[in-house]
This record gives sequence, C-alpha cells and structure tokens, in this order.
Amino acid sequence: MAEINIKVKILRYDPQKDSKPGFKTYELQIEEGVTILDILNEIHWKMDGTLAYRRSCRSAICGSCAMKVNGQNVLACETPLHRFGRKLKIEPMPGFPIIKDLVVDLEGFFEKLKRVKPYLMVERPVPEKEFPQSPEDFEKIRETTYCILCGACTSSCPSLWANDHYLGPAALLKAYRFVFDSRDDGQDERLDIINDKNGIWRCHTIFNCMEACPKNINITEYLSKLKTKVLENSF
Amino acid sequence: MKIDEAKHYHKIDAVVVGAGLAGLRGALELARNGHQVALISKVYPTRSHSGAAQGGIAASLANVQEDSLDLHMFDTVKGSDYLGDQNVIELFVEEAVKTVYELEHMGVPFSRTKDGRINQRAFGGHSSLRACFAADITGHVLLHTLYEKCVEHNVHFYNEFQVFSLLIKDRVSRGLVAWDIRNGGLHVFHTKAILLATGGYGRAFKITSNAHANTGDSLGMILENGLPLEDMEFVQFHPTGMFRHGILLSEAARGEGGYLINGKEERFMKNYAPDKMELAPRDVISRAEQTEINEGRGIDGKDYVCLDLRHLGRAKLMERLPQVWELAYHYLKVDGAKEPIPIQPTAHYSMGGIPANIHTEVICDAQGTVVNGLYTAGEASCLSLHGANRLGTNSLQDAATFGRIAGIRMSEFVRNHPYEKLPFETFDKNLDNARQKIAHLTEGGGKEKHALIREELQENMTKLAGVFREEKDMLKLRKLIKDLQERYRKVTIDDRGEIYNLDLLEGIELGNLLSFSEVLVEGAIARKESRGAHYRRDYPKRDDQNWLKHTLAWKTTDGVKLTHDKEVVLYMDRFPPKERKY
Repeated sequence: MAEINIKVKILRYDPQKDSKPGFKTYELQIEEGVTILDILNEIHWKMDGTLAYRRSCRSAICGSCAMKVNGQNVLACETPLHRFGRKLKIEPMPGFPIIKDLVVDLEGFFEKLKRVKPYLMVERPVPEKEFPQSPEDFEKIRETTYCILCGACTSSCPSLWANDHYLGPAALLKAYRFVFDSRDDGQDERLDIINDKNGIWRCHTIFNCMEACPKNINITEYLSKLKTKVLENSF
Repeated sequence: MKIDEAKHYHKIDAVVVGAGLAGLRGALELARNGHQVALISKVYPTRSHSGAAQGGIAASLANVQEDSLDLHMFDTVKGSDYLGDQNVIELFVEEAVKTVYELEHMGVPFSRTKDGRINQRAFGGHSSLRACFAADITGHVLLHTLYEKCVEHNVHFYNEFQVFSLLIKDRVSRGLVAWDIRNGGLHVFHTKAILLATGGYGRAFKITSNAHANTGDSLGMILENGLPLEDMEFVQFHPTGMFRHGILLSEAARGEGGYLINGKEERFMKNYAPDKMELAPRDVISRAEQTEINEGRGIDGKDYVCLDLRHLGRAKLMERLPQVWELAYHYLKVDGAKEPIPIQPTAHYSMGGIPANIHTEVICDAQGTVVNGLYTAGEASCLSLHGANRLGTNSLQDAATFGRIAGIRMSEFVRNHPYEKLPFETFDKNLDNARQKIAHLTEGGGKEKHALIREELQENMTKLAGVFREEKDMLKLRKLIKDLQERYRKVTIDDRGEIYNLDLLEGIELGNLLSFSEVLVEGAIARKESRGAHYRRDYPKRDDQNWLKHTLAWKTTDGVKLTHDKEVVLYMDRFPPKERKY
C-alpha cells in the first residue's frame, strides 16, 4: 500500500507538568489505509511514548477510543484516515474533564448510568426456562442494546454542556432499554427517576447525540418515546 | 510502617482480576452471597474483550432443533481432538443450559423465535442449532448485562487498575499488588481468595482478533511465582479474520449460510470437509485457507481468501449480521451485500492457560495439588474444557458457567477460611517485586523500545508458530525470543509520569508476553504430533500412543521445564478417541 505524509495535531495535557492543555504537532509517513487508532499507535510507539489515549478491542465494540477528530466525535479504531485527508486535529471528547491527553474522566458518566437503575428488575415469578418475549417486543429494545457506552452522545449534548447534572443521552437510553423491556417490572420506579429536573425533560431534541453515535442508534427518537411514556404514566 | 496503616492497603474478602464475562460472573456470585468483592480491571468492565464475541453462546436448549446433552458433549469432545477432559465437558454441557436461562432471567436481550423463546443458530462443529444469540452482538449484551447486575449488587469496582504482582507464598494465595492507572501508585489487596480471569494471550501474535488488553498478564505472573501453565501450545486461529487487520468477522456469518471462496471463486471447503463445508471446526478451516493461499489460490494469488455473503441478501445481513456488515464496510470499504469480504486466519483463542481442576481451583502439578485461595476461569484458565481446539460459542458459555462455579467455590472458601498473612511484615516489602518492575523500565538507562520488541515478537509468532508449524522454524523462534528477552532488560520508557502512563503499562505487559511466549514455543517444539489447532508439518498425524496427554510447563532458572504426565480424563466407554473427520 502506498505511504503518504500526514500532519497530526494532538491536544496534549499532563496535569503533573502542564498548567493547561496545548496542541503538539506530529509529522509522519504512514500507509494510506490506516485508521486514526493506527496513527495514534504509530506516534505513541515510535515517536513519543508519553502520549496517553484509551483503546482496546480495535473493532468498534468496546467503546474505549471515542475522541474528537477534526471536530467530530468518532471511535478512533473504526475511522479511516481517508475520511479526513492528510491533516488531523485530535482532541479528547468535549464535556468531560481531561485526565491526561486524550483520556477523559468517565466516572461521572458511569455514575449517571447507575442512577437510572440499569438492570432488569423482576417481581413476577421466574419461570423454569426463559421469560417468553415476542420478536415484536424484542424489536422494541433491539437497537438500544447496541449502545457501547463510549460517551460520544453524552459528550456532544449541548443541554449537558449547560448543566452537568443532566443525566444525558446514554443514561436515558439505558433507561429506555429497561422501561420498554417486556420482562421488566421496574417501570414506575425508573420513570420516576427520570421525571426529574435533571432527567428526561432536559432533552431538547437537538439530535447531536444521534449524529455522534458510532452505532447509529436513533437516540433522540427513543428519548422522545420515553417522554411520552413518562407523561402516560403520570396520569 | 505497619501494613494496615498504609493508605493503599485494602483488606477485602475476595478479589477478582479481569472484568470480562468470567470475572463479572464470579464477582456477582460472591456479592450475591454477601461477600465484599473487589473487581480489578485494567479497562472499564464494559470494555472487556468478551464484548467482542459475536455469534452466540452454546446450550442444548433444543428450542429450534432437536438436541441433547450427549450430543453437545460429543461435539465438544470431538472438537477438542480428544484432549478435552471429559469430566469437565460433562459438567459444562449440563450447566450450560442452566447458565443460559439464568442469564436470560438477568435480562440478556436474546433474539427470539416466533413463539417467544431464545433463538438458536448453527455454528461450526456443532451438530444441532445450539448457539443462543443476540443478533451478532451476543458477547456485548452478555457483558453489559453482567456488568449491570454487578452494579446492582454493589461489587467494588477498581477500574483502570493493573495487577503487577501476585502475593503467593507456600502455595497459599494471600493478595496482590496493583497499579492505579489513573492516579498512579501501587495498592496492596490483602484477600482470602483471588479469581484470575484476565482472558487470553492472543496479543503475542501479529495477526490477531484480540484486543490490545489481551496480553496474558496473569499467565506471566503465574510463571513468575514458580507455578505451571498448561497446554500453551494450543492457540486457535479463526478462519474469518479481516484481511490485514485480523479483527473478527463472526462465525455466525457462516452459521447463517455464508460461503468461503478462493481466487477461482470455488467453495474450496469441498476439498477439505465435504460434509460440514463452511461449518467445519475452526482449526480445519484455517488450515484449508492457509493451504489455498500457500498454493497460490488466494484472491488474485494474494494472501487472502473471501467470505461471500452476497446470496444472503441485504435484509438478512442487516437483521442477523449487522456488525459483520458494518465492520467490512468501515474498515475495508466493502459492501458485504454486493462484494465478497477479504479474510485470513487470525490468532483468536487460547486453549491453554492456568491449570485448574473442575472446581476452578488453580493447581500446581500433575497430581492436582491446589494453590489455596487461588482460582481461575474463562480464557485465562485451562481446565481443560476445550482441549486442542475450541468450538465456537463454547467460550462465552465457558466463561459464564465457570465464572459462576468459581464464585460459588470462592464464597464457600471465604466463609470458612481466615485471612492468611501477607508474605512480608511491612507494607513496603510486599511492593518490592512490583517496584522492581517499574524501576527496570524507568531507571534502567537502556536504549531499547518496548514497541519494537513487541512487534518483532508478534511478527515472528505469526510467521513461525502460526497455523502451520515445524521444528526448524520454532528453533529459530526459540532463539529469537531469548534475544528479545535480553533486549527487554534494556528497555526504558519515555513517560515517567504517574498519571495514565500507557508507556509503563505496555512495558509491563511486554514482560508477560515474552514470558509466556517462550513457554508456548517450548510446548509446541516438544509436542511431536498434530492435534486440533497445533499442526506440525513434520508430524502431520495425531499420536494418541505418545501424546494423548496435557503439557505442564514451568519457568526455572535453567529455562522452561516441561512434563507430560498429566492424564487426559477420558470416558472410554462413551467417547473413546476416534479419527476426527468432518
């Protein structure tokens, strides 16, 4: 494969050394067919070992490597260089505190997830075999189970930038996934949790989350259905 | 400073290392039994590589086609090329059914049959529709469900902590030392029972489906503690790795009817496994592919063949194999509904690992002597369930089932045993080993870079100990690994910071990779036969007379010590060894 020259600007920040984040530029020669993650690996392994970023599966399922490339939140591992040309600007996902370089603090993100009680609550008798669920009922939640908790949606939500206490799209999508699961008995409790000033009503249907989702989940639509459900449940 | 005064000292009933399916399931069981359990993982739990498993989880539910425990057992025994321990396989197929129902009750969103039951699909080497699935993201939804249950049951998560050393003395596990990746600093976990569930060792190879995290860390630490590893020479190469990237395109693609074609557009499996065709076991297909490539029948004579899904139609691809389609589209710009997808064999699954008995207790010799308080499950372990070759969908089941069994056994152990003393009186002394590892990478002053050594290791492991092996190649590899180990002594890292020091982690991981790779290669040189995934060109036949037994390997000051006296558990009246044909 042909090699090309590229210029990569990366936002660097080491709290033990730097007073504030700043860009550093790397110039390198690399095969044309590589991904953004391949480029970060090449820089980290061959040019500058101090660069920090998260990565693991390489196949867009673990959700580690969400970051902002040329203004868009993407998964570095599945994003080919050719999507952006020869000049890259790589930054951590916005909306989260930076730990170091491209690594952001996701503790708050996972804490919000916990607030919606992200687990099946069962009060009905448990059968010997599986709980029956029709393909139609499964279809209601199918797409939402593709969420990999990468944080790209939550990071791109203006409502969240304005108010950090807002649950955000990922946690609300998880709430949807259980509220609409025909096997779940925790609906009322969960709807109560999200019917809150920092809950579902802070979603202003801006669609950024959908744009940012690397799994193309129709998040805004699911949150709209969740709003309807909250209203139905209140009467 | 006395031990319990140190601020990074944690005294807790049980510690689980690794938050994949096995680790989460073990931790959940401990927590449900009322024990305090720390779950240590170098990535956030939902980032674990169990989530990359796509096709399904095996259990003979018979929801779609007639099936039985016996049939699942026979398929697994045959798939293992008779090296799997049949008592373990027997327990496994029984528990598998229970495990799947239990996971469903926890909330796993399985794809459904028309009448609302868990749907099941075909998979290689299984003679019934046995793979319970959730589209092609089965591992992902299992992982997330178990994580969610662990949240519910207040498991103590230590996310982004990497274990640097195990504190074992006199065959008793006492605790471990872990590095806080986010904040820096070493922590001592003093505990009654440890579950090692760190997954496989596929990162030793260049073309691999494994995640960056799969560096076999606990295997390196087991060897360092003078304990053995088992059957390390058995590494499964998956036939549908994406060309050049190595990442996985699910076997479900063939389960749903996908073809494999060579440069002449022939379904070449007709020449290798005429009955099972594309649904023969993985070792058989990987060898067929490599043979096609080696004999010039790759696509345009190059080193790949193709997975052909065109005849399945776009609608079925989107419903059943959305991830497969997306991966090919994103990485290769190939629309699987219109074009065949370039593939090659990729290092995928580690059949070998930390030896354990049927209760997941770690053992340290052929007689089964137990290391008190130490347990292992999932891909890191070798029970040996998969023998010389694992069947697809048996691994998720292995992790979930034996993770649960480990949790049950550990709960009992924790209830009945006091804390054992740490190996050293002072807190600091217990950190010595971990500190030395860090000092070696930061203060050694050598000029070597860990990335270059790792690359050389991976490239040569794929080339010289891959799908086809022979002695002359592996002798070269043996020498090369020795050289790389020498060079490793001179590695210095760039990053001296405490916070999120990826450089340091990779440096430590390379030590583990080099350590178990040496053992893997020695095992492969010694095993002069072909069985399952271990294929020797110079010994192309299976040799039950001499080699129907497990390998145990120790690292000693004089190099690797191998023994071959650990017997395979066979039920001669039920499943006597036979020729393995598909």
